[in-house]
Amino acid sequence: MKSSVVVFPGSNCDRDIAVTLEKLQFKNTMVWHKETKLPKSDLIVIPGGFSYGDYLRSGAIAAKSNILNEVIKAGNDGSLIIGICNGFQILIECGLLQGALLRNFGLKFISKDIFIKIQSNKNKFFNKYKKDEVIKLNIAHNEGNFFTDKKHLKELEDNDLIPIKYCDEKGDITNLSNPNGSLNNIAGIFNKNKNILGMMPHPERMSDKICSDDSGLPLFLSLMK
Amino acid sequence: MKFSVTVTLKKDVLDPQGKVVSQTLKNMGMTNLIQIRQGKFFEIDLDEKNPSKAQNQVKEMCEKLLSNQIIEDFKIKQKE
Repeated sequence: MKSSVVVFPGSNCDRDIAVTLEKLQFKNTMVWHKETKLPKSDLIVIPGGFSYGDYLRSGAIAAKSNILNEVIKAGNDGSLIIGICNGFQILIECGLLQGALLRNFGLKFISKDIFIKIQSNKNKFFNKYKKDEVIKLNIAHNEGNFFTDKKHLKELEDNDLIPIKYCDEKGDITNLSNPNGSLNNIAGIFNKNKNILGMMPHPERMSDKICSDDSGLPLFLSLMK
Repeated sequence: MKFSVTVTLKKDVLDPQGKVVSQTLKNMGMTNLIQIRQGKFFEIDLDEKNPSKAQNQVKEMCEKLLSNQIIEDFKIKQKE
């Protein structure tokens, strides 16, 4: 499997995810945002961080970079793309995913471990998890409060495009287990064809027991042919 | 040609920053305050003499970068 990790000024989770991918024998290339060509890849990663210092809106400036034209083309052609945290914000700003990520409800930057519940495993990203499985991942963001209009929300719900929701340790999806105010506790969404995933939690931070835990690892194992 | 653009959150989108600012002002004694919505302000100076062309270009800027139309509205004002 070949992967590409796109790097912007201000990305800071790019090397974390590269380590995870290389551990799983992905042949990974780091791609600078000024590049105009994307190497042939089975997986494209838009990593977390603070691209361009979150100027204007998180992800707005990165969404207009050279390499994003190639990412958009690849995404529309069916390539697998994952955007994590700031990567999710960038995928929304460039139009590959719909909706918006607003300032956290409590106005605070949140960095902590949270729980998510797998809503659906019939897709390329979560097939190594069980449906309704509860896993611990880490979040670290200021703008993760997912919002969208009623029409899009219905489309997401009707087509099984919400793979993960924030929950508590027991798996209950409640207001109290919603860290940032996201609509219906949504932690990640797919595009219509389920080849593009955006998620706020960081699976790459839970990919090794030595560092923290390996509850994020099955996501990357799911992607392997 | 000079323009100013204000970008604000749509009415039905929660504005937590505006709420905090409003609450603080109320705490300072301004009890007749109904609500505050916080937004962004841009001053744009364009090298274009045709007013309708310039107007269209500023509109394009707003639609493509300055605002996210799912959550934000924008208002354009021509200054001179």
